[in-house]
Amino acid sequence: MIIAQQKPIQEIAEMIAEYKKVAFIGCAGCVTVCLSGGEKETEILATAMRIKRKLEGNPLETVTHTATRQCDPEYVEALEDVIKDVDAVVSLACGVGVQYLAERFDNWIVPALNTNFAGGSREHGVWEENCGMCGNCILDKTGGICPIVRCSKSILNGPCGGSQNGKCEIDKEVDCAWQLIYERMKKMGKLEKLMEIEPPKDWSTSRDGGPRKSVREDVMIG
Amino acid sequence: MNYLSKLHQTLDSGKFAVTAEIGPPKHSSAEGIMHHCDMLKNHVDATNITDCQTAIVRMSSIAAGVHIKKGGIEPIIQMTCRDRNRIAMQSDLMGAYSLGMRNVLCLAGDHQRFGNHPGSKNVYDIDSMQLIYLLRQMRDEKKFFSGEEIKEHQPEFYIGAVANPFADPFEFRVDRLEKKVEAGAQFIQTQCIFDMERFERFMELVRERGIDQRVHILAGVTPLKSWRAAQYIQTGVAGMMVPDSLIERLKNAEDPKKEGVNICVEDIKHIKENIKGVHGVHIMAIAWEEVVPEIVERTGLFPRPV
Repeated sequence: MIIAQQKPIQEIAEMIAEYKKVAFIGCAGCVTVCLSGGEKETEILATAMRIKRKLEGNPLETVTHTATRQCDPEYVEALEDVIKDVDAVVSLACGVGVQYLAERFDNWIVPALNTNFAGGSREHGVWEENCGMCGNCILDKTGGICPIVRCSKSILNGPCGGSQNGKCEIDKEVDCAWQLIYERMKKMGKLEKLMEIEPPKDWSTSRDGGPRKSVREDVMIG
Repeated sequence: MNYLSKLHQTLDSGKFAVTAEIGPPKHSSAEGIMHHCDMLKNHVDATNITDCQTAIVRMSSIAAGVHIKKGGIEPIIQMTCRDRNRIAMQSDLMGAYSLGMRNVLCLAGDHQRFGNHPGSKNVYDIDSMQLIYLLRQMRDEKKFFSGEEIKEHQPEFYIGAVANPFADPFEFRVDRLEKKVEAGAQFIQTQCIFDMERFERFMELVRERGIDQRVHILAGVTPLKSWRAAQYIQTGVAGMMVPDSLIERLKNAEDPKKEGVNICVEDIKHIKENIKGVHGVHIMAIAWEEVVPEIVERTGLFPRPV
């Protein structure tokens, strides 16, 4: 899922400082699961903003709503009534949701979250990046451990010389992805696969400088 | 035999080579480089020119290499994968060759977190393994990285790479060295050796596999100025190993700098006389280049180039 984190309250407050009536729109998708932009977080943020503004002598009126998904036009459409008479909208979705709202509505839309990465939950309150979304998966070659995003140099023929005691040179808290790959391949009896020189990656399916589009004709209508 | 560089000739003719390292300045004057050239030119076969080492912005390794060549030393251009994509790398490689550079050392490069621009974006479009074989492809198959033909004047570099016997996983370091040789590496410079026992174990595995017969390995050595420097390397630098006994020896020394040089001289003699499969030394006297001549003289490796 998409992992996102709420921006500092002060930063969000500054974005809406000039507005009197603001809608706070949560998202029931990924950001609900990672506890940053679901119904609960939306209510808490709206309440915090009202209290802050009241204390500052500049009261704020809020409207709250949590969309099923902000990354889907169908659910974005349904927000029209909720936000029609507000001065601004704070979206608690990932960057995709914020953009879907801005594309659909003429209201001033601001983000409450920083969208971090595609990852999963490690323990309650800890999320970790696991997929670099490079568009050409090589996990079959690396024992199910992604060097694109888990190696700080995205090395395909690792590990580099900075790997020691299983840790990455950038931080003793960061696992060396290639140590993990080595151990996993050894355990699976496939070490010889690591002796193959992995050729340069075709990054055109990744961050090559343009927005990516995924088309599935088999599920298109009409 | 048509040699690609003087270093190639030295190593292929079975002579024990001596290389050193010059770090380009954090400014636009070559004065310091020329000074180092004068100091080292009779004591080394070639010098590495680092490529923004520890991710600190410095004069380009290729530009500095041109100065060094003028100063009378054969340069080994370091090229990291951190700052350039494959387009810029090939462009720079062709430019470097046109300027008389003949040796390239391929490295991943230190992560930008350690440098003076920690907020920069790293590139790593290709990795060091891939850079090695793409350099070979340019030279031997006359092809760009994309496979497109280089119609004429392809760069023909003598290809170097690095190996770190002190990083983990230990056994895989030998595999990875072999992989680099398969990719096209012709000479290897190792990370600084302080833990001689571990290096000897590494070389044993290298010899068992016959890798020393296929590539020239230059053992990396570094004279240490103080026990604090040794301790810093032991605890603060990833991928390096310093035994406590070395720190103690420097701590107890009356003149730690002199002792640091003594240790380095002993290590070189030991490597040269006792460790089979090592074909030279790479002296990394970081910010202490002036001590290199003394080390070379005391180890009986003077004069240079051979």
